Amino acid sequence: MSDMTTKKSQAKRPLSPKRKEQSRREFLRSSVLTVGVVGVSLLGIIPVVQGTSIRLRPPGAIKTPFDEQEFFASCIKCGQCVQVCPVNAIKLADLEDGFGIGVPYIDARTQACDFSCDGLQCVLACPTGALTHHLDYPADTRMGFARLARPRACLAVQGKGFKGQARGPDYEGLLRYDEVDRWNPISVADHPYDLELCDLCVRQCPIEIRITQCAEKAKQAEASGDSGKIARVAEQHGNECPPKHAIVLEPFELPNGETRMKPVVKEGCVGCGVCEMICPVESAAIVIDLDKTTDTLGG
Amino acid sequence: MRYIRDSLSQIFGNKPRRPSKAEQPPELLEIYQGKKGNLSKADVEAVRHEHHTGCCNKWQRRRWITLILVNVLFVVSYYFDVQLLEGALTASRFVGFHMADLNSALQVALAYKHIVLNLVIGTATVFIMWLLLGGRTFCSWVCPYHLLAEWAEYLHLWLVKKKLIKNHTFNRKVRGVFYVIFALLALISGYTVFETISPTGILSRALIYGPGVALIWVGALLLFEVFYSRRAWCRYVCPIGVTYGVVGVLSPLRVKYNAEACHHEGDCRKICMVPHVLDLTVRGAAHDVNQDVGADCTRCGMCVDVCPTGSLVYEFKGLSKLL
Ligand code: SF4
Ligand code: SF4
Ligand code: SF4
Ligand code: SF4
Repeated sequence: MSDMTTKKSQAKRPLSPKRKEQSRREFLRSSVLTVGVVGVSLLGIIPVVQGTSIRLRPPGAIKTPFDEQEFFASCIKCGQCVQVCPVNAIKLADLEDGFGIGVPYIDARTQACDFSCDGLQCVLACPTGALTHHLDYPADTRMGFARLARPRACLAVQGKGFKGQARGPDYEGLLRYDEVDRWNPISVADHPYDLELCDLCVRQCPIEIRITQCAEKAKQAEASGDSGKIARVAEQHGNECPPKHAIVLEPFELPNGETRMKPVVKEGCVGCGVCEMICPVESAAIVIDLDKTTDTLGG
Repeated sequence: MRYIRDSLSQIFGNKPRRPSKAEQPPELLEIYQGKKGNLSKADVEAVRHEHHTGCCNKWQRRRWITLILVNVLFVVSYYFDVQLLEGALTASRFVGFHMADLNSALQVALAYKHIVLNLVIGTATVFIMWLLLGGRTFCSWVCPYHLLAEWAEYLHLWLVKKKLIKNHTFNRKVRGVFYVIFALLALISGYTVFETISPTGILSRALIYGPGVALIWVGALLLFEVFYSRRAWCRYVCPIGVTYGVVGVLSPLRVKYNAEACHHEGDCRKICMVPHVLDLTVRGAAHDVNQDVGADCTRCGMCVDVCPTGSLVYEFKGLSKLL
């Protein structure tokens, strides 16, 4: 750009002292403005450096557990992922996340992703690939990894059952209960439980639900002597059978010799957060760790 | 050619070059000559009065309605889940067609250094759209910050008139500096730094997804504009405006100035958000009898509304001849 040339013509005309003073002030003001605005925009790095901007992200978010740089860079902050989620799990971060302003996150305890959209709609909606399109099925997701953080609070560990609304009558979260409505999620408060031994985290885990469904289909197919059908079922539902278990109730022995059950997180966990969301004790006995995924277990 | 060169130069903050008499066509000189001393203040006042008692603010009304409609369409699409205009102003889908704000897409491309096909499609669609509709038309007809800033501007002008505050100007070249700095920051840091403070993105998201803390920043900008510097963000900072300005250089939709009827009283320059583009209305400053206003113009139509003599009109190059 050759637009600096007009400077010369201005310089030729001698400016009056007053005009000179004016333009000096304007120059100073402009410099302060530049430094100020750029400075404010750079403040956005603080939450990133402090790590306070790290959150549970929607499926497919391109990030490694501690490095969300690529994700922040690629997300155009449009919220199209927010708009397609049938359980409204996705929210957009606010100014306190600095450079992360406008990027999607999930607050699992409030509303987890239960894959009720089947085809990972958020991933499909993303125009920039910030949610990578390489994901085909829920079981491919790597959001985090569940951990029984407060085993003593866990009802199963205490040997207790659970009766009633999982999160109380005022809780507004949604889940899809296949047996109630295959296509639409309903309010968790509208679906009370009556369990002899609490196993909500296992029972509602979308990966476990899918594994059970697949096993049933396989059994039916076998009974009818047509084992080739399973693959077709998977295709139909766009919701392939997860290869590994995510969470199971396993027995363990108390010091006094009594046998109890406790939820054990397995390699197949994708960190969707449903177990944290549904856990009826306050605060949840099971939580999602963001620094681990199935791929980086222990890392 | 001169239009393109002068437009770009203006966008990056240079003062428009005043033509010498030798550069002006004889008809124009004749027009200027003919007006000398022929118009008394009272005459100008009379024409002005007549103009203002008739209609007015036709384009402003249309523009406000359009701006509000576009933004409401986003909100309605989300709330009632009608898949009309999904997403936000940074990127969206209009009945399934990808659209991406050029500046946001640029930020992402520079920071991420990788563009997926959908973003290319979205960017191309929006580019073509504003190529036809005139680039900075985005600013005055779509950008939600523009509307708030316009109201803040009225407040500012009122306070100035009451002599309660003074307007402070900046050097217009800083906007180009900001443009380069934010592009470099995205490229070097790998973060879309500008989005952190972009009131356009913040407001669009706040409207659609609900208000947040970030609105404090937008409020601060508005206060700055009300009390310190008229229309500061759009005039001196916003890189979105620069991006669309450059697109508008090639656009056929423009505001056309005709020197013949003009009284040079400057009503247009007083209301314009980017008054440097109207410097050609000063007596002796036009290059031609008919000349297009530069591409930094937001095509808001305020000057078209206010001009008592109809010297400024919208024009769609090529089409006007057909009509
Ligand atoms: S995968 Fe489906 S349910 Fe989960 S966050 Fe994305 S859209 Fe929502
Ligand atoms: S759809 Fe993609 S680009 Fe848009 S907010 Fe969600 S993750 Fe970001
Ligand atoms: S165990 Fe893992 S996959 Fe299962 S609900 Fe919990 S977070 Fe989701
Ligand atoms: S200059 Fe920027 S903030 Fe102002 S109207 Fe244009 S896009 Fe909006």
